[in-house]
Amino acid sequence: MSLAVVVAAALFVGVLAYALFGGADFGSGFYDLTAGGTARGAELRTLVDHSIGPVWEANHVWLIYVLVTWWTAFPETFAAAMSTLILPMLLALLGIVLRGASFAFRKYAATLGQARLFGAIFAISSVITPFFLGAVAGAIASGRVPATGRGDLWTSWLNPTSVFGGIIAVGTCAFLAGTFLCADARRSGQRRLAEQLRQRTLAVGAVTGITVFAALIPLQRDAPTLADGLRTQAAPLIAISALAGIATLVLVGIRRFAVARVTALVAVAAVVTGWGVGQYPWLLVDQVTITDAAGAPATLQALLVAVGLAAVIVLPALGYLYKLTQSESWSR
Amino acid sequence: MLDPLLLTANVADSAPLMALVGLGDEPAGLLPARQQMALSLGWHIILACFGVAFPAMIFVMHLIGIRRNDPDALLLARKWAKVSAVLFAIGAVSGTVLSFEMGLLWPGLMGTYGDVLGLPFAFEGLAFFVEAIFLGIYLYGWDRMPPRRHLLMVVPMAVTGVLGTFFVIAVNAWMNAPVGFDLVDGEVTNVDPWAVLLNPDAFWQFLHMWVAAYMVAGFTIASVYAVGMLRGRRDRAHRLGFTLAFAFASLSAVVQPLVGHLLGSRLAETQPAKLAAFELATETESPSPLRLGGLLIDGEVRWSIDIPYLGSLIARNSFTKPVEGLSSFPVQDRPPVNITHLAFQSMVGIGTLLMVAAVVFWVARWRGRDLLERRWFLRFAAVSGALAVVAMEAGWIATEVGRQPWIVYGFMRTPEAAGENSGLWWLLGTTAVVYTLMTIGAVVVLRSMARRWRSGEIDLPSPYGPEAQRPHGSGASAPEEAKQ
Ligand code: HDD
Ligand code: HEM
Ligand code: HEM
Repeated sequence: MSLAVVVAAALFVGVLAYALFGGADFGSGFYDLTAGGTARGAELRTLVDHSIGPVWEANHVWLIYVLVTWWTAFPETFAAAMSTLILPMLLALLGIVLRGASFAFRKYAATLGQARLFGAIFAISSVITPFFLGAVAGAIASGRVPATGRGDLWTSWLNPTSVFGGIIAVGTCAFLAGTFLCADARRSGQRRLAEQLRQRTLAVGAVTGITVFAALIPLQRDAPTLADGLRTQAAPLIAISALAGIATLVLVGIRRFAVARVTALVAVAAVVTGWGVGQYPWLLVDQVTITDAAGAPATLQALLVAVGLAAVIVLPALGYLYKLTQSESWSR
Repeated sequence: MLDPLLLTANVADSAPLMALVGLGDEPAGLLPARQQMALSLGWHIILACFGVAFPAMIFVMHLIGIRRNDPDALLLARKWAKVSAVLFAIGAVSGTVLSFEMGLLWPGLMGTYGDVLGLPFAFEGLAFFVEAIFLGIYLYGWDRMPPRRHLLMVVPMAVTGVLGTFFVIAVNAWMNAPVGFDLVDGEVTNVDPWAVLLNPDAFWQFLHMWVAAYMVAGFTIASVYAVGMLRGRRDRAHRLGFTLAFAFASLSAVVQPLVGHLLGSRLAETQPAKLAAFELATETESPSPLRLGGLLIDGEVRWSIDIPYLGSLIARNSFTKPVEGLSSFPVQDRPPVNITHLAFQSMVGIGTLLMVAAVVFWVARWRGRDLLERRWFLRFAAVSGALAVVAMEAGWIATEVGRQPWIVYGFMRTPEAAGENSGLWWLLGTTAVVYTLMTIGAVVVLRSMARRWRSGEIDLPSPYGPEAQRPHGSGASAPEEAKQ
């Protein structure tokens, strides 16, 4: 494996982590939005506060990691993607800003009226934002981002692959969040809430799973390179995803929430990795390969040092945070 | 623009500039991108100051609370932590905006030099990772962790905030004094990303910014308590809150002029045209005077107060060495002079004033006089936070505008970095609206928190939680439904 490919893999690990953990934070907006009126949704909204409050900022930094690694290691493709995909990028950014700010504001709002306003902004932007990021992935994967010059401002991200990418992103986020929230509700002893969440998670999971496999059909024509990769090198991942997804539905069905979290993570990780493996060796599909897009070798080496430091400094700290937030003593 | 002076300066600057550049050959994305950069960075940097300095203050307050078993201090630490949760959230999202903007606004810069300047950003990402993780642990750790271990969770935040500053400032210092690559036939080669980090300019600029962050956060928090005391709230907690924040601010205010001076004395070599604009030096004079105030109008310096020798002394540490005048640089290599000059002098003026104020307060206290009893001092303290913010913004304007017309000094002009996207005006408009709303939201929420604290609430439960929603006394929940 060349240096560039190693760095690309490290970059992709960031994409994956953001999709899983950042995704679960976004997904909880779906349950917040559909929690019902103020009185009925009180417990669920408080659960959402409690379960994403301590972690969302840390999970959010994966996005920053992805952006800086991308522009440092593959500068020209970063500039190219940003200029073609300016609209979905900005819409996602708007959503990120609104989500973060209004989540913090809601928690400390003094009146119900303010909390409702901030809460609505939080929940709606949480649900919508993953769509734009998924659309960006679809644009790259379907070869619509030219390496030089500028692709179409609209069709680059409003096309079958991007739209499916967006919907899948929204669905997987909500699915992940559902399994996590079920487990959190159970741990803090809120049976009724867990039951309510369980039903919604099952529905979301089923719809998302069907969408993922339905998307494979239009992909054949719309994104042939990716479709080809999915049928060959990434096929095992797609199979794993299907199995893990079904297992999750069964586990949620029989109320084994703690284990269901793991299988849900596996299912989503396999889909996302499937996309990455499927489009390998392209960075911008049909335009530039990873090797051709790489910047200076000295910079790639230095980046790997940064990645190594991240592995020894950030990961243990992150593990500690998760351990605390998922432990019994912090559930009260 | 920050103050009317700068506005005038801007007008005086732009007339000849427009004539010179002939707006036609600039890329459509240039002007909106500049405004966008100034707005979003100018906004982020204020919150960033809190991200850098607040953890250290919270740490000391919390430590006092634990060590002396002081309930006032513990309560203050708890409140400060809640305030910082709000500030950090909007700090983090506004920082994310910047990460997108580097590529959106300056494709020419990122495409060409992304691999030269990117490494510090990667380390910055690491630093913020650690900061965000421990922020989560600390905020939610109240009453859930053993007190000492809980206190220790602030330390990584305080350290990584400072490290993050270093890394991000290294990028800015690199734009001012580029290193770590060669330009051969227009191609960037021999890239050495580490050089960007191990660069003395980065170190001095970082030191100045670090101290500035402590000043901004310290004076701002002190201002809040000064206002409270002016309104007659003179309990012990107000005095404690004021004193700790003001102590941080004072220490920084006293060293800042020295650090600034050391930073500035590098300019004669690294960016002489910027130095000329700072000093409003039109011609090379030996020795150079120090020009206070003044504007450059039609090539003439008007309304300035000149103090002989002092210019050479301050900028060059010598009685004779001159400050190179603007006339030594081709017209197309000169920065907008007036705005740079006035911004620079606003910063230095305010910095000197704040230093004097800090010294006066502590000397008086040492001699047994408590200036907190004096309304004039409290009034001054009440505006000191705003002054520190203005000084910092002015410093950035001086730095960034003074670097023009270069984005990478001596290598790339700003128009070359911009894109052809006139749609960026929409982005600027949207950003202005969103940031205004976010500012209003933050002010409303922070004030309502303060109001509730004054009325004796401590925990600030959310108004939509089950506690608040449950009809009083009905005890509606099933027994196994544990309380949140
Ligand atoms: C509270 C804020 C504050 C205060 C009181 C001062 N400064 Fe400052 N200054 C800044 C905040 C700042 C800054 C954070 O805005 C800048 C912009 C870039 C940087 O690293 O620091 C800056 C830049 C800056 C530069 C430009 C460096 C460059 O372009 O490379 C110089 C020469 C000084 N300062 C010098 C001073 C002096 C002599 C001061 C004496 C009182 C002073 N500063 C007070
Ligand atoms: C590490 C920090 C920073 C970096 C990397 C950075 C980078 C940049 C870049 C790339 C530009 C556009 C190119 C140019 O005009 O030369 C710019 C312009 C500008 N920035 Fe900064 N900046 C930083 C901090 C700040 C801060 C904190 C402010 C606060 C006010 C600021 C104010 C401005 C202004 C006013 C301009 C427009 C200058 C002009 O075009 O006339 N910058 N900066
Ligand atoms: C081009 C310039 C800059 C970029 C691209 C940038 C980027 C970012 C990003 C992405 C974050 C969010 C991290 C998170 O999610 O927690 C952030 C936060 C932060 N930034 Fe910046 N930043 C810039 C300028 C600065 C400057 C000049 C400072 C200097 C003091 C600074 C200090 C901070 C701090 C302390 C935080 C943590 C936020 C908080 O906890 O409140 N940033 N920045």
